Amino acid sequence: MSGANRIAGQGRLTPAKTARFTFDGKTYHALEGDTVASALLANGVHLVGRSFKYHRPRGILSAGPEEPNALIDVSRDAARRQPNVRAPVQEVFDGMKVESQNRWPSLAFDIGGVNNLLSPFFAAGFYYKTFMWPKAAWEKVYEPFIRKAAGLGVSPTEDDPDHYANRYAHCDVLVAGAGVAGLSAALAAAEAGARVILVDEQPEVGGALHFDTSVKIDGQNGYDWAQATAAKLKAMENVTVLTRTTAFGYYNHNFVGLVERVTDHLPKPDKKLPRERLWQVRAKRVILATGSIERHMVFANNDRPGIMLASAARTYLNHFGVAVGRKVGVYTASDSAYEAAFDLKRAGVTIAAIVDNREKPGEAVLAEARKLGIEVLTGHSVVDTKGKLRVSAMSVARNGGGSARWIPIDALLMSAGWTPSVHLFSQSRGKVAYDAASGRFLPGTYAQDCLSVGSCNGTDGLQATIEESLAAGELMARATGNENGVKVELRGESAFEWTGGMAGAGEGAGADTTVKAFVDFQNDVCAKDIRLAVREGMHSIEHIKRFTTNGMATDQGKLSNIHGLAIASEVLNREIPKIGLTTFRAPYTPVTFGALISHSRGALFDPARKTPMHAWEEAHGAVFEDVGNWKRAWYYPRSGETMHDAVNRECRTVRNVAGLFDASTLGKIEVVGPDAEVFMNLMYTNAWDTLKPGRCRYGIMLREDGFVYDDGVVGRLSQDRFHVTTTTGGAPRVMHHMEDYLQTEFPHLKVWLTSTTEQWAVIAVQGPKAREILEPLVEGIDISNEAFPHMSVREGQICGVPTRLFRMSFTGEAGYEVNVPADYGQAVWEAIWARAEPLGACAYGTETMHVLRAEKGYIIVGQDTDGTVTPHDASLSWAVSKKKTDFVGIRGLKRPDLVKEGRKQLVGLLTKDPNVVLEEGAQIVADPNQPKPMTMLGHVTSSYWSENCGRSIALALVAGGQARLGQTLYVPMPDRTIAVEVSDMVFVDKEGGRLNG
Amino acid sequence: MLLIYCPYCEEERSELEFRHGGDAHIARPTNIADVTDEAFEEYFFLRDNPKGLIFERWRHIHGCGRFFNAARDTVSDKFYLTYKAGEPKPVIPGVSPATEKTVETYEATEGTAK
Repeated sequence: MSGANRIAGQGRLTPAKTARFTFDGKTYHALEGDTVASALLANGVHLVGRSFKYHRPRGILSAGPEEPNALIDVSRDAARRQPNVRAPVQEVFDGMKVESQNRWPSLAFDIGGVNNLLSPFFAAGFYYKTFMWPKAAWEKVYEPFIRKAAGLGVSPTEDDPDHYANRYAHCDVLVAGAGVAGLSAALAAAEAGARVILVDEQPEVGGALHFDTSVKIDGQNGYDWAQATAAKLKAMENVTVLTRTTAFGYYNHNFVGLVERVTDHLPKPDKKLPRERLWQVRAKRVILATGSIERHMVFANNDRPGIMLASAARTYLNHFGVAVGRKVGVYTASDSAYEAAFDLKRAGVTIAAIVDNREKPGEAVLAEARKLGIEVLTGHSVVDTKGKLRVSAMSVARNGGGSARWIPIDALLMSAGWTPSVHLFSQSRGKVAYDAASGRFLPGTYAQDCLSVGSCNGTDGLQATIEESLAAGELMARATGNENGVKVELRGESAFEWTGGMAGAGEGAGADTTVKAFVDFQNDVCAKDIRLAVREGMHSIEHIKRFTTNGMATDQGKLSNIHGLAIASEVLNREIPKIGLTTFRAPYTPVTFGALISHSRGALFDPARKTPMHAWEEAHGAVFEDVGNWKRAWYYPRSGETMHDAVNRECRTVRNVAGLFDASTLGKIEVVGPDAEVFMNLMYTNAWDTLKPGRCRYGIMLREDGFVYDDGVVGRLSQDRFHVTTTTGGAPRVMHHMEDYLQTEFPHLKVWLTSTTEQWAVIAVQGPKAREILEPLVEGIDISNEAFPHMSVREGQICGVPTRLFRMSFTGEAGYEVNVPADYGQAVWEAIWARAEPLGACAYGTETMHVLRAEKGYIIVGQDTDGTVTPHDASLSWAVSKKKTDFVGIRGLKRPDLVKEGRKQLVGLLTKDPNVVLEEGAQIVADPNQPKPMTMLGHVTSSYWSENCGRSIALALVAGGQARLGQTLYVPMPDRTIAVEVSDMVFVDKEGGRLNG
Repeated sequence: MLLIYCPYCEEERSELEFRHGGDAHIARPTNIADVTDEAFEEYFFLRDNPKGLIFERWRHIHGCGRFFNAARDTVSDKFYLTYKAGEPKPVIPGVSPATEKTVETYEATEGTAK
C-alpha cells in the first residue's frame, strides 16, 4: 500500500514498485517515481513544515521548484544530509530519511509558534528598527539570538563524501525546458541538423503535460507524445537530452550553467558516479521554453496546510495518482483551476464549490462545470479559512462585502493565473516589457542571441505555442548554418482555452485590513507588510523587496513578485511598469556548493608549488610557510628547539660559519636581444649601459606613477643577455608589466622575454665559509675574491652540471647564489650540503633570511614598501639614474607630492629597552600624551629579535624620517607605550666589509 | 563568461584565457620626462567611464600572450570587434561613441529603475 489517498487507475506510476522512507521517524510507503511531496500527500500528510518567521504550520503548496513551504531535510546517511530541500522536486528513494525543519519540539507542537501570536511586533523591517541600540549588543546579544531563531534547516557538520563532476559543452542550439514548446523547438532544430542540447529540471520531459491530460498532439496523448519525442531526440546523434538538469544561470555571450542531478534519486548509487554534474555550455543560440508558474490567491489565512495551487493538485492526481483531499474547494481568478476541479470530480473527489472572484469566467469551463454538477460561485471570494494543522473550512462571501458562510473542506485549490518564467531571459540581461492587456511581464528587448517561446513568452494556446516553437527551432538552426534538414509539423488540440488571472490582494485583504494574507510564504511576507514598506518610504520595488524580504531566498520572485508589485502599485497609485520589476539573478533554483566547486577541494583547491629541493627540506625537518602558492622552508628546528631558538641558531651560524638557503622561488626572467640594454634602461631606474657582462646590479622597477613596483638583482651575462630576478610573489606581474611595455609602447625594440623561474633551482650559500664550501665543486670559474668579486656572475659547471653562479648577498655576508637546471637542484644541494655540514654550516629558512636582511637594512618590496613608497623614501636614491632621459616612472617621481618635504621615509628603530620586540604594523607617534585622535607618523614595517645584535631591531616608515635620526618616538600599544630611537637602517657591519670577505 | 576573439590566434576563446588591460589608444608621451603635471595627470590618471562603446586593451595571457584591442559595449558586454595592437581606432558602423562622460548612479546604469 503506498498511501490511502492513492486512487486506483490514476497516475503514471507503477503500483508494484514501492519504496520505503521515513518522515520525522515514521515509516511511509511510496511508489518509485514519487516525489517526497506526492508520497506524503498519498499518505494524507499535509503538514510538512513551519514558516520562517511566524512558525506557522505549512503544507505543500506546489508541485515544482517554486515550492516555498515544504522545505525538508533529506538524508541518506549521517554525512549525506541536505537541509532546505523542496519536497516536490526531491524524488523518493528506498531508505530515505526525511525530517521537517524549523520546529521544536515537534512539527505539530512548535514552541516557536508563539511568534505567530507576537506577530504584531514582528512587522516588516522589525529587525532593522529594533536591534539598532545599543550598538554593542548587536554582536553579542542580538545577532546570535536572531541567527538561532531564524533560518530553516541546519547545515550538515560532516565533510561531504560525494564527488562532483564538471563538463564543458558546445552546441548550436540550447533549449531550456522540455514541455510542449521546448520539445517542439528542439525537434525542429534537430531535424534541421543543428547540434542541440535539450534540458529539463524534471525527471521526465513534458512540463505542463504532467498535469494537463486534456492535450493531444498529432492525435496522441500529450504526455505520451512528449516521451516519444524525447526518445526520438535521444536517438539522434546531434542531440543531447538532459533531464533532472536545471539551467540555473544565463551568463554573458550565451554561456549557460546547468546542473545535472545524477544520483540524488537512486537508493544505492554507484560510487563511481558523481552526485551532480555541472555543465558549462556555450551555445551559439539559446531557446528559452521555461513555461510559466501558477500564482496563488492572496487572502486571509491562505497558508494553511491543504491549501495549494490548482495545477499542483492536478499534477498529484494525473501524474502521481494522488487525491489531495476528499472534499475540495477551489478559489480562482483563472479558468485553469476549473480543469483541476473537473479531473478531481471525475476521479471521485467531492468538489465543495468553485469560488471565482470574476463575474464572468470563461464560458466553456462554466458549461463543463455545470455538466459535471459542480457548484460555481462567480463574483465570490474566499475571505478566510479555518483549520489548525490542516485547512478545515473556507469562508465564502459575495464580492463587495456580502455576508460570509463557512464551507467545510479538507483541501483548497487556488489560481490567480500564470506568471511567465522570464528568469533566464532576465539573467541574459534582456529587458522585460509589461503587457497591460494580460497583466504580465514578457520578454521585451533581447540582449543576447536567444528567443523565448511558449508560455514564458506569453504565448497562449497550444497550437500557437507549437507553431511559434517549431519556427524558432528552425530559425535558430538556420542561423547556425543548418539549412538542409527536414521540416517538422505538429498538430495540437486542447480541451479549453484559458482566460482570466489577477494580481494583488483579493477580497478581505485590501488596504484597510490587517489580516495575514501571504504574498511570499517562504519569507512570511503579507500584503500588509508591503503596504507598510511603502508607508515607511520604500517606493522602489528594489527597496520594498529588501525591506520586506519579499521574493528573496529560493523564491526569487517565482510566486510572490507579481502580487507584491500589484499591491505596491495600488498603494503608490502608480502603474505596475512604473514601479519596475526586480532583476532576476542566478541561480534560478539553489545550486549546491559541491556542484560549483567540483574537484577544487582539499589538495586540489589551490595548487602548491614546491621547489626542486622540497623533499630534502622535508626530510631535514623544515617547517614550511606559504608564500603565494609556494611552500618555502621557514626554519629548521632541531629537537627541543622552539622557532625562536632555531632562528637564533641559524642567524648565528650564517654570520659565523655559513648557511644554505633555497632561493629557487625567486622570479627569473631572461631578457635577450640586441635592444636588451635599451629595454632594461626603460624598465628599471638604474643605468644598465654601464654594467659590464659578468657583473650584477641591484635594480629597482617603478610603476609610471613613481612608486616602487619590484626589485631584484640583475646579472648581465653578455652584451645582449640579462638574467633578471624578481621578488617571489612579483614574478608574474613583473613579466606582465614588461610584456605590456615591450608589446605596446616599445614594439620597435628587438627584445625577447622568457620566464625562467621554474627552470633554475637556486641555492644561496652565504657566510664566511661560503667560498671554502663551494670552491672544490665549481669547475671553469675562478671564484677567488679577486677574480670573482661581490656582484659578479659567471657561467660554468658545478658538480658536473651547468651553472650560472652569482656572487651576491641578501645577508650581508660574502655569498653566492648557485643557479642550476631545476632537475639537478636537489643533487647539487646535497653535494654542497655534504661539504657544508662538516664545516659547521646550517640550512636556514625564510625567517632567518628575513632577520639577516633586516640587520643589513635590505628592504622587501611589499613588506617595507606598500605601493606609496618611492626609491628616495626607501633611501635608494643611488639606484635611480640621474643621467637617463626616460624610464618607466621618471615623470611620476617628479610629481609635486612625491618631491614634497615630510614624506614617509624608511628608517631604523631601536627600542629603548633592547629586549622589547615591536609589533609589525604598530603605529608611531611623537607625543604619546596627545589627546585622541593622535597624529600618527607612520608604522613599523619589519621587526625582529636580532641574535647577532643581541637586541631587537626594526624598520619603519616615518614621516620625515631621515631628518629624525636620533629622535625618540613612541609606539602606543594596548597595554603600554614603547619608546624607540630613530636610527639608520643598517644594524650589522655598517661599512659592508663582510660582503667582500 | 565572455567569449573573446583573439586577433592573433584568430579564434574565439573563453574569458578565462584573457586579462583586461584598461583603456586602449592612450599613447605614452615620447617626451614623458618633460610633460607638465596636467599632461601627466591626463595621460596616467584620468579615464572616462563610458556607458556604451569603449575601446580597451586585452591580453591573451594564457594563450599567445599578445596584447590587442577591443571595441566593446559596457552595458551589454557585446564585443563589436577586436583588432591587433598598433592598428588605428576603428569606426564601428551604426554605433556612436558614448556621450555620457561618467556614469555613477544605479539609475544611470540600470536605466529603467526609478
